[in-house]
Amino acid sequence: MDTPAPLWDWRPAAVSQTPGATPSPDREAALESFLHQERDKELLRFSTAGSVDDGKSTLIGRLLFDSKGVYEDQLASIAQARSSQTAGGVDFALLTDGLRAEREQGITIDVAYRYFETPRRKFIIADTPGHEQYTRNMATGASTANLAIVLVDARNGVLPQSRRHAFIASLLGIPHIVAAVNKMDLVDWRQDVFEAIRQEFTRFAAPLGLHDLIFIPISALLGDNVVLRSTRMPWFHGESLLSHLETAPIAADRNLAEMRFPVQCVIRPDQNFRGYAGQVASGILTPGETVMVLPSGRTSRIKSIATYDGDLPCAFAPLSVAVCLDDELDISRGDMLVDPACPPLLTRTLDARLVWMSHTPLDLKRDYLIKHTTQEVRVRVRAIRYRFDVNTLAQEPATELRLNEIGAVVVETRKPLFVDPYRRNRVTGAFILIDPLSNETIAAGMISDPRTRHPGRTATGDPSAPVTAAERAERHGHTAALVWMAAGWDAASRLERALFERGAITQVLDAAAAGEHLAPIAAAALTAGQIVIVAAEGKASLPLQSAARDLAGPDRFLELPAAQPDDAYLDELERRGILASEF
Amino acid sequence: MSSPLVLNHLRALEAESIHILREVTAEFQRPVMLYSIGKDSSVMVRLAQKAFYPGKIPFPLLHVDTTYKFREMVEFRDRFCAAIGARLIVHTNREAVAQGASPFRLGTEKCCGLLKTRALLDALADGGYDAAFGGARRDEEKSRAKERVYSFRDSFGQWDPKNQRPELWNLFNSHTDKGESIRVFPLSNWTEMDVWQYIHLENIPIVPLYFARPRRMVVRGDSLIPVEHEIPLLPGEEPEIVMCRMRSLGCTPCTGAIRSQADTLPKIIQEMMLFRRSERENRVIDHDREGSMELKKREGYF
Repeated sequence: MDTPAPLWDWRPAAVSQTPGATPSPDREAALESFLHQERDKELLRFSTAGSVDDGKSTLIGRLLFDSKGVYEDQLASIAQARSSQTAGGVDFALLTDGLRAEREQGITIDVAYRYFETPRRKFIIADTPGHEQYTRNMATGASTANLAIVLVDARNGVLPQSRRHAFIASLLGIPHIVAAVNKMDLVDWRQDVFEAIRQEFTRFAAPLGLHDLIFIPISALLGDNVVLRSTRMPWFHGESLLSHLETAPIAADRNLAEMRFPVQCVIRPDQNFRGYAGQVASGILTPGETVMVLPSGRTSRIKSIATYDGDLPCAFAPLSVAVCLDDELDISRGDMLVDPACPPLLTRTLDARLVWMSHTPLDLKRDYLIKHTTQEVRVRVRAIRYRFDVNTLAQEPATELRLNEIGAVVVETRKPLFVDPYRRNRVTGAFILIDPLSNETIAAGMISDPRTRHPGRTATGDPSAPVTAAERAERHGHTAALVWMAAGWDAASRLERALFERGAITQVLDAAAAGEHLAPIAAAALTAGQIVIVAAEGKASLPLQSAARDLAGPDRFLELPAAQPDDAYLDELERRGILASEF
Repeated sequence: MSSPLVLNHLRALEAESIHILREVTAEFQRPVMLYSIGKDSSVMVRLAQKAFYPGKIPFPLLHVDTTYKFREMVEFRDRFCAAIGARLIVHTNREAVAQGASPFRLGTEKCCGLLKTRALLDALADGGYDAAFGGARRDEEKSRAKERVYSFRDSFGQWDPKNQRPELWNLFNSHTDKGESIRVFPLSNWTEMDVWQYIHLENIPIVPLYFARPRRMVVRGDSLIPVEHEIPLLPGEEPEIVMCRMRSLGCTPCTGAIRSQADTLPKIIQEMMLFRRSERENRVIDHDREGSMELKKREGYF
């Protein structure tokens, strides 16, 4: 077997613990070298979806069983043990079914994880049921997968079920798709049947933007093209399914360009060490490089990347490390270290696709919690743009999302999140929604590219319709308002900061400095939907105050007394209906 | 460095487990780690050391001691915890022990229920722990294959397999109501082979009982029973010296040894690979044991 380049590891092979060992140098050395090679495997996670009759259990059983045989032959050749035999008469489904309830009903209702390995890779299978009522389970299994196997029954062609699986795989951003055309034994191993399916599948999958889609004709039952290449389909020149699983180039799927490091917790055992612990989401961290901290926007340089095994020369996804910075900044859980040259989008409004996972439908009037990286924030779903028909991919209007339905929605968050489109970053582009009352996980979300245009967004559908105050208020999360801050400039700045962090569009004006220009400037800002904070001190500003009140109107004018905590100001704005108070 | 920026599978699993350990510690008030002294616990503790380095492990380790553990296990436990500076809590169901609970008198099921499950639930309640780490792996048996990393338990510590929360990406839902808790399995995606490989790679200390050496055993049919804790001998039985080791560690009356020459980690790994192969046909038809594990878990067992 050829030996690929070793994978990244910073530790030399350990010295064995050998209490009272009896050395036999040759065999030990061969074993050590075998074990060393065993460690040097890449991990590939793949998902499968299927139902009772499409042969999914048979396929998985075949992979688990036959690969083990091959694997053990490899071991046996080193250990001079006896050679293994191939499987005969095993009910593969028994290898794969799980819970008591499922065994009794003879169905698979949940995601099950299974593990196997070959000399080249270690595999984690997320094995999911295939029927429409288990869409949420399929999405769950797909969320961490590098590759998806979509089963197609050669006798039936491309059924809605296969389409649905391909759609979910694309929605969850699985980079590699294998369409396994199964039961070739039942169509006499015919090439034309396979080709027809390939063409039909390719045609319907075109809009899904699958980057790596390949087709393999197999017979899971008889093992053809599963582990070993079939001799009964000489017209097929591709690899067997297992060879493909062993070689699919998954390393290149990661985003190594845009550094994102969500902070999980701060490790501070004593005064001399302050490390920000987290798992690298994307990009590469290198000591000496400048990083920006969100949401503060402050920058610092990476002093070191600390681990139990010593400082690292660099860190990349998915390593879990602790990052030390040159400067003492106020950083806590939920903050994110990013590359200042390509920061994520800071936003309170998310365009996203949702897979609804709860028996209680989505309610646009209710508050939910979003968990995004290490942040948890209150949210409300503002609008449903459309719902997908998961079988035809058609977009249809909808007023709610029910269990297992998938829709495109607009989510408003109470605090800004630091996000990337899911297509570019499967960590900073993903979120879950939690019901704060039932504690259930109710939805999975994939953030859309903000550059994607949504025609028909305006209420009238008229591209020349003027933007209304109501539309601005919906976008900003607040109405226009004029806040008269008698406590002066510092208090006004603090209030602006607090509002800004919540995503508000703000402006601070100094009454004394603006003088007679205060009214026209404030008027323009109010028209643009901003919250204008006027810093005013002393009696000299009083004539301006009455002009400002007239300008804003009584509903949008607010005079805040001196020296209150920032929260009290925000509460007042909410109470007056200026800030969206439901958050 | 010539190596590409790709982690090997052990490092990828390690990074995932560390993420889980940190996430739980950040989001729960009172986490605790179940420490069984076995090899999986040893790996889990090492991962916790890594997760909070250079700080100490920020939660206590809890050992549920049935009083039927091997002497070597208890010695190892105390030495190991002292060496790494971990806080160790040992809990025993004293009442049951005082009433003479033993597998010989009660049978294994009832004995386990009292000395393990009951003791565990009491210890968790006593400490007010809202999250408990356990070393279980999904590859151990079938009902575990569908268990979440965050396994939700109601106020009685019980598991409802039909009502599990979806778990996507590495985004875990830590919300619980008062009295409810979660069990967390940071080793969910590890296989037994991964655990052994990692112990070898990291040189993690494990109880010497895992290594083959000559030991005094009672040979009863195919079983090797350790001579410890006054095991009742059948007429004509005499303990003899057998070269053997333990494949898993539990209570002495219920842990059989296997004849083995594997006195080093590589030999254990090799032996394990060969064993699996001879066992696999049997395992396929072995439903009863697995169904009973699901039942135990529903009642609050790990």
